[in-house]
Amino acid sequence: MLTTRRKIRTDLSSMLVRTVGYSFIGLFSLCCLLPFLLIVGTSLTSEGSIARSGFNFWPREFSSFAYRIVFENPDLIIGSYWVTIGITLAGTAAGLFLVAMTGYALQRPDFQYRNGISFLIYFTTLFSGGLVPFYLLITQYLNLRDNYLAVLLPGLMTPFLIIMMKSFVRSIPHAITESAKIDGAGDFTIFIRLILPMTTPALATIGLFIAIGYWNEWYHSMLFLSPDMKYRPLQLFLYTVITSADFIKNSAAASNVELRDLPLESMKMATAVVATGPVILFYPFVQRYFIKGITVGAVKG
Amino acid sequence: MSTTIATEKAVYTGLAKPRSRLRTLRSNKTLLFMCMPAILFFLIFAYLPMPGLYLAFIKYNYTDGIFKSTFVHWDNFRFLVMTGDLWRLTYNTIAYNLGFILIGNALQILVAILLNELRLKWFKKLTQTLMFLPYFISFVLIGLIAYNILSYDYGLLNGILKSLGADPVKTYSNPHIWPLIIIITYLWQSTGYGSIIYFAAIMGLDSEIVEAAEIDGANALQRIRYIVLPWLKPTFIILLLFSLGSVLRGNFGLFYNLVGANNTSLYATTDIIETYVFRSLLNNFNFSMGSAVSLYQSVFGFFVIISANWLVKKLSPDNSLF
Repeated sequence: MLTTRRKIRTDLSSMLVRTVGYSFIGLFSLCCLLPFLLIVGTSLTSEGSIARSGFNFWPREFSSFAYRIVFENPDLIIGSYWVTIGITLAGTAAGLFLVAMTGYALQRPDFQYRNGISFLIYFTTLFSGGLVPFYLLITQYLNLRDNYLAVLLPGLMTPFLIIMMKSFVRSIPHAITESAKIDGAGDFTIFIRLILPMTTPALATIGLFIAIGYWNEWYHSMLFLSPDMKYRPLQLFLYTVITSADFIKNSAAASNVELRDLPLESMKMATAVVATGPVILFYPFVQRYFIKGITVGAVKG
Repeated sequence: MSTTIATEKAVYTGLAKPRSRLRTLRSNKTLLFMCMPAILFFLIFAYLPMPGLYLAFIKYNYTDGIFKSTFVHWDNFRFLVMTGDLWRLTYNTIAYNLGFILIGNALQILVAILLNELRLKWFKKLTQTLMFLPYFISFVLIGLIAYNILSYDYGLLNGILKSLGADPVKTYSNPHIWPLIIIITYLWQSTGYGSIIYFAAIMGLDSEIVEAAEIDGANALQRIRYIVLPWLKPTFIILLLFSLGSVLRGNFGLFYNLVGANNTSLYATTDIIETYVFRSLLNNFNFSMGSAVSLYQSVFGFFVIISANWLVKKLSPDNSLF
């Protein structure tokens, strides 16, 4: 009698937890997805329907006019794509190499200066000069205004990524380095020939963190790349489409559409879809690398 | 964010034989060269701007440049205190961050625990992917999504309100609702990402303990209450202290893209240190005032981090930063 009652109670409580679990997690995931559908839906809605009934998930009056306008003058958006792809590829390749090399050297127990250098890097997370001196450095001393390097260089590495690399390298036994040294290999050769091939999962993770940073970069672009530049990174292009009235006027003139006929709202959304869509499709395949990085880098121990 | 620096010191204490400095340098030459790009990088982009904080003590004007502008001692700080700006910025930055940290961690723990209870594999995978998605998009897109929902004329929120017969809300001119909007957006963006750490911690829980508890008759709620939650406590405390360390650092991208560049009517509840410094640089060209706020943020923040780390060291020496 007693055992059956307890069994029923157990079932009840785990059923409760599971019901709450499935509904809560399900609802929350839905909330994470719906805003994206809202943007896609609005981008495919006619401007008149938006004026009457606002933004909606499902277009009440289907129209691909916004996309036609966006693609009528694809020059700017294609240019932005190339700029972003270029910065992302170059920055990720260079950044990944440097982060890996630094992380490995700083993890070598026989490297005498590693505590000093680690502190030099780590201290930058504790104290910083702030935005104004940084801005003056880039624009007046390095003369990088309107230069893609102003976006590429500051994103190359972060203390967080170097620490993440160190944690990854720590799992490789030091004996491997030592035996290679006995065989006469130099430190740089050991890094290139032995360590890099052994840390490919780590490199994928760190590389993706750097790449997503460059792809979503808009802050340094906004600070340092003026509208005088024809092609600016994708996110800044999107920002301009969303916020700048001038841009809208120009594109009306360019596509021979009267300003009042221009689908202002759906155009913003269509640009967002074109600028973001490809990456979101890519994302489920690389997600697991991020998860690995977060669990290794965030809480050690 | 790791124990690296602390533990390494203990593991390795140096070679047995004392060496001359030159010989040390020679034997570490290659490794030092390998670190050179990183050293240069941080020297240029992080250390070189630091002396620029001198701007906080002058009345900078463009024609005179940094060195000829008048030195004004603490006048810039006095001005910030007297106008009440400093207090408002500090209050907003800290209050938002505390909200993010406390509600954020609670939600992350809840999601991690519930995920762990689910049995359907495909459901778990699918929902994890979806919850992780908002972390991958730029703040520009997040701003656009917020506009989709909150816009007075077309927004989804007002569409729903109107169809229910209620009055539409003027979101972009009503400062009182913004703390709610900003915190919800933050949770939307970061819960999936943050819950991964807790989920990984639950995975590390010894399954024998859970089974033993089940044999002893513990039900699901009791299992969560007496085994999983206590197991997550150290992770929670460490994460909490880490984030408290940066309680004075604001999330510029989030605030700037949600609120918009020049929406003065919302400053009372949405202006944080980062947005103020940004405006003083690009809108008012008041370089000195911006630097004064940055210096205040860095110094105050430095002591907060040191205290947080001191606490971590007391509670769990393995996790301390330095």
